[in-house]
Amino acid sequence: MGKFKKNQGGEMPAISTASLPDIVFMLLFFFMVATVMRQNTLMIENNLPFADQVEKLDKKDLVMYIYAGKPSANYTKYGKEARIQLNDKFADVKDIGAFIAAERASKREELIPFLTTALKVDKDANMGLIGDIKQELRKQNALKINYTVKKGSVFGRD
Amino acid sequence: MAKRAAPEVNAGSMADIAFLLLIFFLVTTTIETDSGINRKLPPIEESQEDVIIKQKNIFTVLLNGKDQLLVEDNLMELKDLRKAAIEFLDNGGDGTCTFCKGKKDPSSSDNPDKAIISLKNERETSYKQYIAVQNELVAAYNVLRDIRAEALYGKPFTEMEKNLNDVNWPGNKEKLKEQLEKIKVEYPQKLSEVQ
Repeated sequence: MGKFKKNQGGEMPAISTASLPDIVFMLLFFFMVATVMRQNTLMIENNLPFADQVEKLDKKDLVMYIYAGKPSANYTKYGKEARIQLNDKFADVKDIGAFIAAERASKREELIPFLTTALKVDKDANMGLIGDIKQELRKQNALKINYTVKKGSVFGRD
Repeated sequence: MAKRAAPEVNAGSMADIAFLLLIFFLVTTTIETDSGINRKLPPIEESQEDVIIKQKNIFTVLLNGKDQLLVEDNLMELKDLRKAAIEFLDNGGDGTCTFCKGKKDPSSSDNPDKAIISLKNERETSYKQYIAVQNELVAAYNVLRDIRAEALYGKPFTEMEKNLNDVNWPGNKEKLKEQLEKIKVEYPQKLSEVQ
């Protein structure tokens, strides 16, 4: 039956791009929702080490962050040795006590036992500094800690 | 002039605008790492009680300033550490551990409950190496717990733990918690750090 005409000439019709904005908007919304604005401006290099036996930190509001690492390129006037950063400024080991106390004071009392300290330490830092931090945390009785790492194998990286 | 219908706005450039925004968010997004190795620090205790632990129940791991590993007084590569730790923990030397599959070597640990891993590092040790060692030791415990959980409940320990934290998991959480506790008692994580 001659009713169905074959598409002659083999010319493809142009693909409609009318739905392109919709797709792009969809992606846009995904990234807008997934974006977490950084809480702290890092003044140190913070290249986390890799490990694969990780557990997730679930309650974000119950985490205190302690950063440590070499001062980054803009802050070389603070020296080349690894330093601690609390909130937005460089700190000494002895400031950790006050920091923990302040963090605890800002939380509801019944939540204080669940507070975890996340140590975000640059992989090139040495353990002396971390030992000092840990000792200070023990003094403050903040015993739950988490070494924040990137997920990946520990082997074959430098 | 005759009144005309308002002309339709050309929406062709909407995609461009959306792309621009998309690229902005793509660039600014830092997916925050929020996972890591959980540890518990020992509390500072005033009374220093000396607990006598048999030397064979301690698995000493020494990490020196040049990131070299000394395990039980022998130099060791990082890749062999996991296996050595598993062998030590699963030894079951005194025969009280019914589920251990180790060699029952009398000169190694008595049972997983008594076996202690002692980790010592120096100030010059790099953080990266320290985390790698911690990771391997935690992995040793996880491997053993996985085997045990597989034998008891037909599911690896790590998967059960994941299920416990998963809000969408449909099973009985109370029971799961109990099962996890049981395995944690059988293979307790006794990892001590020397200051």
